[in-house]
Amino acid sequence: MSSLVTHVRLKQIEQLIEKGKRLDERGLRDYREIKIEQGLIERAEGSARVLLGKTEVLVGVKVETGEPFSDTPNEGVLTVNAELVPLASPTFEPGPPDENSIELARVVDRGIRESKAIDNEKLCIEPGKKVFVVFVDVYVLNHDGNLIDASALAAMAALLNTKMPNYEIKDGELKIKQGYTPLPMKSHPITVTIGKINNYLLVDPWLEEEQVMEARISFAFNDDGNICAIQKGGSGYFTPQQILEASKIAQEKAAELRKKLDW
Amino acid sequence: MNEKTEKLIDKKGIRLDGRKADELRPLKLQVGVLSNADGSAYIEHGKNKILAAAFGPREMHPKHLAMQDRMVLRCRYHMAPFSVQERKSPAPSRREVELSKVIKESLEPALFLELYPRTGVDVFVEVLQADGGTRCASITAAALAIADAGVPMRDLVVACAAGKVDDTVVVDLYDAEDKLGAADVPVAYMPNLNAVTLLQMDGILTPEEFEKAVNMAMDGCKKIYEMQKEALKTKYMVVKEVEE
Repeated sequence: MSSLVTHVRLKQIEQLIEKGKRLDERGLRDYREIKIEQGLIERAEGSARVLLGKTEVLVGVKVETGEPFSDTPNEGVLTVNAELVPLASPTFEPGPPDENSIELARVVDRGIRESKAIDNEKLCIEPGKKVFVVFVDVYVLNHDGNLIDASALAAMAALLNTKMPNYEIKDGELKIKQGYTPLPMKSHPITVTIGKINNYLLVDPWLEEEQVMEARISFAFNDDGNICAIQKGGSGYFTPQQILEASKIAQEKAAELRKKLDW
Repeated sequence: MNEKTEKLIDKKGIRLDGRKADELRPLKLQVGVLSNADGSAYIEHGKNKILAAAFGPREMHPKHLAMQDRMVLRCRYHMAPFSVQERKSPAPSRREVELSKVIKESLEPALFLELYPRTGVDVFVEVLQADGGTRCASITAAALAIADAGVPMRDLVVACAAGKVDDTVVVDLYDAEDKLGAADVPVAYMPNLNAVTLLQMDGILTPEEFEKAVNMAMDGCKKIYEMQKEALKTKYMVVKEVEE
């Protein structure tokens, strides 16, 4: 990462940050423009595309039937997977998921799971035997930084767009009926990522900032404004004061986004 | 523990395993336990039993992974198939891949990566028995293994979790509390530099509870830090008698 170009960029970014400015002319606490489009993949039970500046993430949700986990026989199953598709960045390579895509998927998963966003008990068809399995597939189409926030947002938008097939049980057999009902949702987690460059905290780091930042920290907040997931990443560190400051900034930004999205 | 327990903390504030809210599980740390590794450490943290080994700085294999301007730290966190109640497949799970990444990132700030260009340090962590909080115990052991390998460090990295159990914020959750509790906040910390190098959370906490949990975890870290230093001294401060 630390090529000559990034060294020059780092100087530029550092000088700007001290004046409270960024390369893309945002303030330190500003998100890039967010665009959300839902339901653009008809074959999927739910889908959404999020543009966060130039970062583009498409999420498709498929709902199928399957077996519940033995420790939660009355609950549906949530599976989140993320693909860093090679067309999204020259640094992405084809092949099995690497640690970056696994981390991305697990951070998105944690936000949805820990906030209890999906009403899992309503996804039970036959306790211990048959439940609905919700597959959330995150497809990164263009990587311009902050994949975590874009993916978490797209995953939630897709889940809110998801329709489950109607069904009935006849003689112990599952029969799919006409029509659909929306996926039962209980909460709307919002994830905010903060990057650290030169001891300055900035919201929604984009690609060039990601290349020079020391560390990042992501907070997911549920509807009550409580924290439901955290992930620190990157090879740097935060002081305890910086962590509390970051959590406060993230809380404000999440509330702001929630208002804007009306979630 | 099969019986269903309604309460994880009794009226006197005592936890199921007999600890108070701010009490750590018994710890045992040992340095230099493997003869083939450049550095190694063993930790018993409650019922967790974990081995860590460090190799390097050495030539990177495969070579194309080497960085021209710094050292590469690689970590592999792995659980033995017999380390948990139900046998775990030895193939690396997605959880293990994520933990390997966050453990690596928790150790990197302690190393002078830029002083050893083109080289690599490999850290292998094997969880022989798991009892909740394995990522924290792994970090504590891995930092000792790196120090034992003679790799210069800014500070030792030490990790400890805090969390919420029955509406109480407690330190160092064990298996049952981790599974049945309301939240878990693992923290890795370099006490001398006052730097947090790993922070994760799952569950639900209010911002106030979160602040309390982070502080509690850091207090736990500081206690374990003293044991870490003691473990290093035990290996290196003892003057061995030379046979005539």
